[in-house]
Amino acid sequence: MTLSTLWVLAEPAGDTFTTTSLELLSHARTLANDVAAITWGDGSKLAAVAGEYGANTLYDVGDLKGALPGVPVAAAIAALIAGGTTPDAIVIPASYDGRDVAGRLSARLDRPVLTNVTGLVEEGGLVTEHPVFGGSLTVKARFTAEGPGIIVVRAKSFAAEPSSGAPANVVAAPAGDTGATGSAVIATSHVEERSGPKLEEAAVVVSGGRGLGEAGAYAMIEEIAKLLNGAAGASRAIVDAGWVPYSHQVGQTGKTVKPLVYVACGISGATQHMVGMKGSKNIVAINKDADAPIFQIADLGIVGDVHKVLPALIEALKART
Amino acid sequence: MNIVVCVKQIPDPAAPQSFDASNNLNRSGKLILDEADTYGVEMALQLVDKAGGGEVTVVSMGSGNDVAGLRNALAMGATKAVIVSDESLRGSDALSTAKVLAKVIAREPFDLVLAATESSDGYTGTTPVQLAELLGLPSITFAKAVSVEGGGLKVSRQTEAGYDEVTAPLPALVTVTAGVVEPRYASFKGIMAAKSKPLEVLTVADLGLEGQVGAAGAREEIVAVQAAESRQAGEKYVDEGDGAEKVVAFLESIKVL
Ligand SMILES: Cc1cc2nc3c(=O)[nH]c(=O)nc-3n(C[C@H](O)[C@H](O)[C@H](O)COP(=O)(O)OP(=O)(O)OC[C@H]3O[C@@H](n4cnc5c(N)ncnc54)[C@H](O)[C@@H]3O)c2cc1C
Ligand SMILES: Nc1ncnc2c1ncn2[C@@H]1O[C@H](COP(=O)(O)O)[C@@H](O)[C@H]1O
Repeated sequence: MTLSTLWVLAEPAGDTFTTTSLELLSHARTLANDVAAITWGDGSKLAAVAGEYGANTLYDVGDLKGALPGVPVAAAIAALIAGGTTPDAIVIPASYDGRDVAGRLSARLDRPVLTNVTGLVEEGGLVTEHPVFGGSLTVKARFTAEGPGIIVVRAKSFAAEPSSGAPANVVAAPAGDTGATGSAVIATSHVEERSGPKLEEAAVVVSGGRGLGEAGAYAMIEEIAKLLNGAAGASRAIVDAGWVPYSHQVGQTGKTVKPLVYVACGISGATQHMVGMKGSKNIVAINKDADAPIFQIADLGIVGDVHKVLPALIEALKART
Repeated sequence: MNIVVCVKQIPDPAAPQSFDASNNLNRSGKLILDEADTYGVEMALQLVDKAGGGEVTVVSMGSGNDVAGLRNALAMGATKAVIVSDESLRGSDALSTAKVLAKVIAREPFDLVLAATESSDGYTGTTPVQLAELLGLPSITFAKAVSVEGGGLKVSRQTEAGYDEVTAPLPALVTVTAGVVEPRYASFKGIMAAKSKPLEVLTVADLGLEGQVGAAGAREEIVAVQAAESRQAGEKYVDEGDGAEKVVAFLESIKVL
């Protein structure tokens, strides 16, 4: 290992970190001797998880008092660096708050950001991998100037694997005064109802697209997902049309999924959709256009009408239970 | 109320994409207004309307000469446009872009800066937040609804679980998601009017940023472009009433059933 230290932004999620944070911690410990996690809220209760996934140190920004994390967390990281501790790179999940932290930190430190990273390897220095043109090509890149570079990594790029590490050493890393920039605060939070497994964690994902024809037809997608004990996903076309909430969106601007099987119904297979589901173990596509791009990556393609195939599939699945 | 909207001009996404000799996305030829930015333009027009008056200024930077995308924003109803257009901007990374935009925006009077959550061709999604930091503004990203109430900003911000109501004082920067508003089409009258609206073209030297931006300012490099592992197409059947059966058999074969 030629890397000595990597810092990982570890976003708190109840009494653990978000799955992507755990993935990044797991991978970071294969690349660097020393891994530090940076979190906020109540860091002390996360010391064990941080250690388990490979962090020696847990920097805790503490209570954000309702502020959006981007500004205070970037300020805290910048303060650590100003104080003399500098990692080789700072690795950040490609989440809402993660991207805010990355942008703020980049401008504060005057350091570049590499985004949409799906691979991170050591080749005489840190090299990042980025899928482009719908994942048909991989671009490899690296920082050329003084570090630390900032790296924003997509979900599901690495596996989250616990180790037998001892609890991390918790170090307070306060943000200090952030002035006007830190004045965006959360007034209330709204949680959308969800039943069944989470989209990113389900073994079966059944997704619908514009080919469903109308919002009501999405009920078929939900029913099949339920019958298969899976989660229901969507293309951006029907999210933008308001048929389903954004939390269902799969793709470049939505979620990355890698289920055992992904069933795409009435989805054309635009590059921005494929980049979010290409890593699925198996892909089934149902589309009435025999030339739809989705068939190029489908293990099983059914050229047919969703209004015929899906009702029959629901009947067949029901008959088995 | 004065609003600045960052808009990017991009090659038509429907056209095949390619890299040029120095591994930059090929941006020669016609440029269009990134669809992602039409939401910001529409949002700005609606907010200014609600506020009872003000200007919507669109700002852009790029290495190309075409301004068709900006004319489109003006035709939708924006008051004026400023573009930093300079060959030396080729190869700019997100931080360089933010530096250029910050210099331009600092010259304009504004209460609010709008941008998209991510562009269609670069999709780094970091430019707007870098810009907010350089301008010393609070930022709220991933807006699915935006309103100005009592001189402050109220935004519904997308979250993993649903959404948060977030408030911030003005001036501030907001990034809007697709679907936040329904972008209008430019009317014939709008298209005609756009031809005589102010469109200022600046160079990097005008902003005093020579040698700091473009490829000269980028501190990362592409080391390789490789074909990714590709998936093979499997079996394809035309449904003859047996499509569902085929799916069930497949699910059985992979032990999902
Ligand atoms: C910056 C950017 C980011 C994006 N991010 C995403 C993203 O994260 N996720 C995403 O999904 N998209 C994303 N998109 C949009 C993407 O480019 C496509 O527009 C979108 O994926 C298309 O959705 P669709 O396949 O449902 O619709 P369409 O492309 O309209 O396809 C509908 C399909 O349904 C088929 N069909 C029609 N009727 C039937 C029927 N009765 N039975 C069976 N099949 C039928 C048609 O043959 C067609 O193939 C993004 C675009 C941009 C520019
Ligand atoms: N060259 C540019 N000119 C104007 N606005 C830009 C430019 N690059 C990025 N932006 C704005 O920042 C958003 C996010 O861009 P990106 O960081 O490329 O994903 C875009 O949708 C625009 O609103």
